Amino acid sequence: MTALAALIRRDIKIALRVGGGALIGVLFFLTVVVLMPFAVGPDLALLTRLGPAILWLGALLASLLTLDRLFMADHEDGSLDLIVMSRTPLELTCAAKALAHWLAAGVPLILATPVLGLLLNLDATATAAVALTLLAGTPALTFTGMIGAALAVTLHRGGLLLAVLVLPLSIPVLIFGVAASQAAISGPLEFGTPFSILCALSLVSLVIGPFAAAASLRHGLD
Amino acid sequence: MTLIDLANPTRFLSLTARILPWLAAATAILLLVGLYQAAMAPDDYQQGATVKIMFIHVPNAWLAMFVWGVMSLAALGTLVWRHPLADVAAKAAAPIGAAFTFLALVTGALWGRPMWGTYWEWDARLTSVLIMFLMYLGLIALWRAVEDPSRAARAAAILTLVGALNLPIIKFSVDWWNTLHQPASVLRMGGPSLDRTFLIPLLVMAVAFSLLFVTLHLAAMRNEILRRRVRSLQMMQASRRSA
Repeated sequence: MTALAALIRRDIKIALRVGGGALIGVLFFLTVVVLMPFAVGPDLALLTRLGPAILWLGALLASLLTLDRLFMADHEDGSLDLIVMSRTPLELTCAAKALAHWLAAGVPLILATPVLGLLLNLDATATAAVALTLLAGTPALTFTGMIGAALAVTLHRGGLLLAVLVLPLSIPVLIFGVAASQAAISGPLEFGTPFSILCALSLVSLVIGPFAAAASLRHGLD
Repeated sequence: MTLIDLANPTRFLSLTARILPWLAAATAILLLVGLYQAAMAPDDYQQGATVKIMFIHVPNAWLAMFVWGVMSLAALGTLVWRHPLADVAAKAAAPIGAAFTFLALVTGALWGRPMWGTYWEWDARLTSVLIMFLMYLGLIALWRAVEDPSRAARAAAILTLVGALNLPIIKFSVDWWNTLHQPASVLRMGGPSLDRTFLIPLLVMAVAFSLLFVTLHLAAMRNEILRRRVRSLQMMQASRRSA
């Protein structure tokens, strides 16, 4: 347990300090959201309607952008081999690493949502709904994305391949995340229905992600 | 080293060389019978002649899911038993499965246009099949991105098993969500709801398409084995020349 706590603390520290790059995700999120009004035009009513979708898309792309740091940096300096060989079960280690990554790169995205909601003319309820769905949904993005990150690090390929592998897996999260936000804002669906499916997706990925990532690290690193 | 690994595939090659002509002939005969029966089947009282798209569309869609199932078994073979042919089977199946999925989507769109008034609708069944198509393409990209086939095989196996989660979602999407796509009418509780005149040609077509897949799959596996042999011979030659 102390080993896992130490690992989480270490990963968060590395991510937040110079060279870590977790906060670049927030900057990217901001840039994507700022780009949208240029693409669809500065019509405030339209932006209100598209707002949840834009925020979700931005958060999805931003979390994808930081994903390849999840194992790549450790692989480059050799600590990934030590982690794989250590006595702690690799599945738990992977879960801890993903948790640390979510705390360092995912939570800042959620914290940035209210500010970005202002830019998209969202009212308080809408912003709160988007933030709440992101809080429930981004763990699924991180934990399924971890599978892609583990595959990418064992293949020495990141970037586009990672995106091609991970994005189809994240489509359900996007669907139910946006559906839950829209339901909270305008209806007609009840908020609870898509929201509980979103939570279920997160919980399932919490189980599947560490096992698949650990399997791919174990089979792939040699 | 790769040549030793291919020791068992030699037997596979000689076996399939004997089976393949028979399989191909059986596929051709069944396809002809199925197409004839499908053409002779009466028009539907509501859909008219467009109901005949079903005889192509439904087997394609079944096969699209079946091929992912085959790849999942092969993935288990790669990860658990380290069977030397498992990754060949998985690699050879991916493009065939992608083709079946693509055809299911295209025939579905052509059927949807006269029946639903639209080529595409973002409902649960269509979306989940589209996701599967994207995952087939991602899998093919993964196979092509990595040079070392055994390394690529293990990565692809894990991705295949994760993607297999999509299969029950596709199957039950029409029951879980209220969709435009019609619910299951053949494999369902209480027996098929389809009339006999439609059901029999459909089943013949389904068997024919399954045989078509087996034929294509075995042929693609042979090609893959031969391709690997050519490659290892080329590598040997290159290393001998440089030595």
